[in-house]
Amino acid sequence: MQQVLNALQLGSVYALIALGYTMVYGILRMINFAHGDIFMVSTYVGFFAASFLLGRSLHLPNAVVFVLTLLVAMAGTSLLAVFIERVAYKPLRNAPRISAVITALGVGLVLENLTLATIGPEPRILPQVIPRINLSLGGVSVSAIQIVILAISAVVMFVLDTIVRKTMTGTAMRAISFDKSVVPLMGVPIDRIISITFALGSSMAAVGGILYGIAYMIDPYMGIRIGWWAFISAVVGGIGNIRGAMVGGYILGFVEIFVAAFLPSTYRDLIVFALLLVLLVFKPTGILGVPVVQQKV
Amino acid sequence: MKKRGMPPLAKRWLTPALLVAGLALSILLPQLGVLNLYLQQVIIYVGINIILTISLNLVNGYMGEFSVGHAGFMAIGAYVSSLLTVLLFPKVWGPFVFPLVLVLGGLAAALAGLLVALPSFKTRGDYLAIVTLAFNMIIKSVLENIDAIGGPRGFMGMSKLTNVASVYIWVLITIVVLRNFVFSNFGRGVLSVREDEVAAELVSVNTRQTKILAFVISSFFAGVAGGLFAHVLQFINPKSFTILKSTDVLVMVYLGGVGSITGSILGASIYTVLLELLRPLGVWRWVVGPLMLVVLMITRPRGIFGLRESRWLSPPEEVEADAAATG
Amino acid sequence: MPLLQAKGVNHYFGGLKAVSDLNLALEPGELMGIIGPNGAGKTTVFNLITGVYRPTQGQVLLQDQNLVGLRPHQIIERGVARTFQNIRLFKDLSVLDNVRIACYSQVRYGPLASLLHTARFRQEEQRIRADSVRLLGIFHLEGYASVPARNLPYGEQRRLEIARALATRPTLLLLDEPAAGMNPGEIKRLMELIQWIRSEFKLTIILIEHQMRVVMGICERILVLDFGETIAEGKPKEIQNHPRVLEAYLGKGVA
Repeated sequence: MQQVLNALQLGSVYALIALGYTMVYGILRMINFAHGDIFMVSTYVGFFAASFLLGRSLHLPNAVVFVLTLLVAMAGTSLLAVFIERVAYKPLRNAPRISAVITALGVGLVLENLTLATIGPEPRILPQVIPRINLSLGGVSVSAIQIVILAISAVVMFVLDTIVRKTMTGTAMRAISFDKSVVPLMGVPIDRIISITFALGSSMAAVGGILYGIAYMIDPYMGIRIGWWAFISAVVGGIGNIRGAMVGGYILGFVEIFVAAFLPSTYRDLIVFALLLVLLVFKPTGILGVPVVQQKV
Repeated sequence: MKKRGMPPLAKRWLTPALLVAGLALSILLPQLGVLNLYLQQVIIYVGINIILTISLNLVNGYMGEFSVGHAGFMAIGAYVSSLLTVLLFPKVWGPFVFPLVLVLGGLAAALAGLLVALPSFKTRGDYLAIVTLAFNMIIKSVLENIDAIGGPRGFMGMSKLTNVASVYIWVLITIVVLRNFVFSNFGRGVLSVREDEVAAELVSVNTRQTKILAFVISSFFAGVAGGLFAHVLQFINPKSFTILKSTDVLVMVYLGGVGSITGSILGASIYTVLLELLRPLGVWRWVVGPLMLVVLMITRPRGIFGLRESRWLSPPEEVEADAAATG
Repeated sequence: MPLLQAKGVNHYFGGLKAVSDLNLALEPGELMGIIGPNGAGKTTVFNLITGVYRPTQGQVLLQDQNLVGLRPHQIIERGVARTFQNIRLFKDLSVLDNVRIACYSQVRYGPLASLLHTARFRQEEQRIRADSVRLLGIFHLEGYASVPARNLPYGEQRRLEIARALATRPTLLLLDEPAAGMNPGEIKRLMELIQWIRSEFKLTIILIEHQMRVVMGICERILVLDFGETIAEGKPKEIQNHPRVLEAYLGKGVA
């Protein structure tokens, strides 16, 4: 059962990041390969924010520091994502999709190496704002960190789901994912919605980033590792489908933890990818994905 | 915009003559010390990258698919050829069996290409990208888990069998074979799959056969490139063949231009040389490089030579017929 | 024996019945038209014949061979060709290449020869080129040979599609709304063209059309579909005054 908790913990992070991939794909039909690195950047933003807040003798309660860090990370990451979207992706909206993907790869590499060059490759850990206490519930050891992660993830995902389903913005986002050309004719400011999508998706990743950062160590290369895993989560769940991304994230969390528990670590990648392959062969659109209607001739 | 070509007779012997001259240079210049070891290394890497880029361009450019796992095929070629030269053949035989070993590595990779072609019948676009990505990672994982060939620590012991001349020859072979393929019935079939797969089937194109051919040929040459790579580095490990390497090749393809062999040669050369030139920048080289790529993609999405081919490569009949039709 | 037969063909898309109990027998050399309101399933019939869809039920026979289950290119190889409602040329390829690609299955060399450009390869390529150019000439398109298909004027694009279909050496030709977007003069020339290629290439032709002038003008027999069902079949004169046909097009209550 311990492992179940670990899986949930990890899965939450994957799910949050996967949301960013899936939202951008849903609206632009583009795989934002830079998203994983945006996640990575968010963890560093959190690191510096938290360090700053703690170090200035402001004597803020830890909880406040934590919340502020979260907010700063979300804001900063959103700004970065929107900036990237405006500068690098927007000009390519009508270019062959491949160009956008290559650009995304490039942007990701730039972010990664910029971080590497300026901050250095040593792994760091976020300042401890969550007390490292463990509770014992029904024979299982639950850490405060885990509770925080699970709680915040749940809340955030619920909020996002509500936004997408209930608000005008959310509806607009879904409309754009169905038919991009018609929506502007309906008076929807398409650029603004796209920016909001990026901002929301990156905020999710930022939350995931902070939650990850309080539990594990961060380094500039984590964007690739975690990012690709989250990407796979999104695909497994059905890319473009928000609930699918959440489901996919938890599935991957479970697979990773349980495979690592029973098999040598080098097999982990293999199993994950083999499962992915099998899934794609039998259900190419993912678990919750809508089957693409046969192309009408 | 038709350039006046040279009279046919002169052109016929010019190209072979230049190629032979090139071969001679590739053998002599290193021997005479005109090219120092570093430059030789760079040229060798340029050549390997050209082979990788042209081969990937067949699938991604000409056929319009999105294969993201090219490094996987390279890995297979690298490992198979290395195992052969180190474990099977006596060391002294090295230079003589090298071509054979490269071909065998290529064939192993081609077999893998066949496997990847199968899902391509049902899926396209982003999903095929993920399948090829998964495939790349699986190969890397499998290699890591086989201790007999070194596992994560890698495999070494290869002699330095790759030199400027052998790379030159293989680059030439790649260019000729792929150019021949592209300007043939099957090459046209590949293009039609890119244009409109359903319509292609409905004008008698066997799209499955076409896809298999494209993937198999593409991965064969990736395997050869892997073998060349292994025998210049003299050490390989699974980490060299991850998605990062595949990304490199993708960049070169799209930089040079999709659906163009000339473009691939250009893209591979520019990218390799550029990264070398930026080496003094240390880790900043990896910032500047991708940044330039991003700028390029924004300003010229089709790549430098997108969908166009230089006249040198078009078969004479095509060029003459074109000239006759519009001239 | 009939060239083409459809026996009890039903086709469902999920829960939607797109084609209902289609029965058809076409003699060699016939020129048949299929008409019906939009969404009646006409193009679906073409898709079922050419293997784009596999009929949920029923048989499609070419002479005595069942086409059901074959891949489209195999059906094309057996002598069926088609054009499309919305032109589906290979837009970025040259006019000549569009026609040459249609010769794919007729080429008498294999992949290895293509890699090496053997003598046999060169011979075949020359033959294909010559045949294709000749075909273009018949349709007065030879001047456009190296032009990308997307740059052709609309009428020429339609003719190119027909030329490309003919390059597959069919015995049965399916034309999907060939007169769409044409003015009366072009339509008249099209009608002459269709009749001419029928006799010149010894074709059997099925035509989907909305332009009644074309259908009534050149079709010997007409099949009328509505919501996937065959509501009438017969000679043009019979169809013109058929009450169910009028009802389908004009709605109930109009005599």
